Formats: sequence, structure tokens, C-alpha cells
Amino acid sequence: MIKVSESVIDAAQELATFETTTPGAGAIVSFSGLVRDTSSKGTVKSLHLQAYEPMTSAGIKAAAEQAKTRWPLLSLCVRHRIGDIAPGETIVFVAAASAHRRAAFEAVDFLMDYLKTDAIFWKKEVTDQGEIWIEPRAEDYADSARWGSKK
Amino acid sequence: MVRLLYFGKLADVSGQAEESLKLPADAMDSASLRQWLDTRFGARGDMLEPTVRIAVDGEIVIDPYDLSGAREIALMPPVGGG
Repeated sequence: MIKVSESVIDAAQELATFETTTPGAGAIVSFSGLVRDTSSKGTVKSLHLQAYEPMTSAGIKAAAEQAKTRWPLLSLCVRHRIGDIAPGETIVFVAAASAHRRAAFEAVDFLMDYLKTDAIFWKKEVTDQGEIWIEPRAEDYADSARWGSKK
Repeated sequence: MVRLLYFGKLADVSGQAEESLKLPADAMDSASLRQWLDTRFGARGDMLEPTVRIAVDGEIVIDPYDLSGAREIALMPPVGGG
């Protein structure tokens, strides 16, 4: 399941739903990304996320298909918020189910690297010092490069 | 008429998120469109950055790409979510 929307993500609820809809899984790994309340530019008041649909969802779907060819996955879930998001709120939720843990761990890691550097989102930090558009960090690109060029 | 979309910081550069216009004769491919927009907005190179990609009707294109049949052109600075 892939969903990009402005609606609030309840990670616990997403995980509970994912567990019940993935019979036969021996391992489920989930990741929640939250908006931090501080940045190098000051105190964060909110994060503003833009997407460009249908390109954004199509790109995530292609990355999910890649993950399914690389690892023996039973199911995947990617939820990403757009719009204005407050500190402490969940911006992204990714879950993978597999028979054994390694595939699920790696698939979630792979998808998060895709989301951080290649997914079609633009992110603006609104702080007490002003507003700034955020681009991926060098570490994000380095993390993403671990998976090889075919991502 | 073609719809131009300015994402991320390019909306600040252009002062708008989108506009509809008729492309001038000297901006009928993606590379010359960048030049034309950069001059028009006094963007001092922001539109020319190689990291800024152009999508035409939902597909990333390589400069210079013929825009004569384009309906929607998106100017996309570096992306990243999560």
C-alpha cells in the first residue's frame, strides 16, 4: 500500500493494520520518521512538504517494485505526508513483511534511502529564524549509494 | 498555452507556484526555456542549475527537449522527503 496525503499518520495504527493484513509473515519491520523540533537554523515551527502527483506516487511504486525484486517480501506499506506538519508528528511510515527478518530490515532501509534522496518531494523548514528549503544531506546521498546505481 | 509549475525554492524565485502562458519562439526547447525563465525572473542562474530537472507531462527530460507539444512543464529542484 502506497499513500501520499495530507492526512495524519498514526504509526501504531498503521502497523497494527499492516500486521493483520499480512498473514504468514515471520518478520515485520517498520520505520517512522518524525519531524524534529530543532534544526541548525533554529527552532522548527513546522515542515512544509510538496509532492508532484502522479509522479511522486509512481516513483515510490517503482522503488517498492525494486525492493520486491531484491528481497523476498510478502508485503510493503509506504505512507508519506505532504502539506504542513508539526514537530513530533510522523512524516513517513514504511513497513515490510517477510518470512525472515533480514529481508524486511533491508527493504525498509532501502525504501527510506529512496524516499530521502530520490522521491519527488520538496521540503521547507519553517523556523523561528525564517523559512528554508531543505535538500538531502551528503550523508543521505552516501546512504542511498550503498544500494548500487540500479535503484 | 502551456502550464508551468515551479517547485520548491523555484516558487520563491519565480514568485509563483504555477502559471499558464504561450511559450515564446525562442524558448521552444527545455534548455532555451531555462535561459528565458532565468532572465525573465532575474534568477541569476537558479533556473540553469544542472540539479534542476525539467519534467514534461510527467516525464523527466534531457536538455534540449522539444517543447512544441508540451502541456505541462515542471521545474524541479533537488528532491527529497522523509
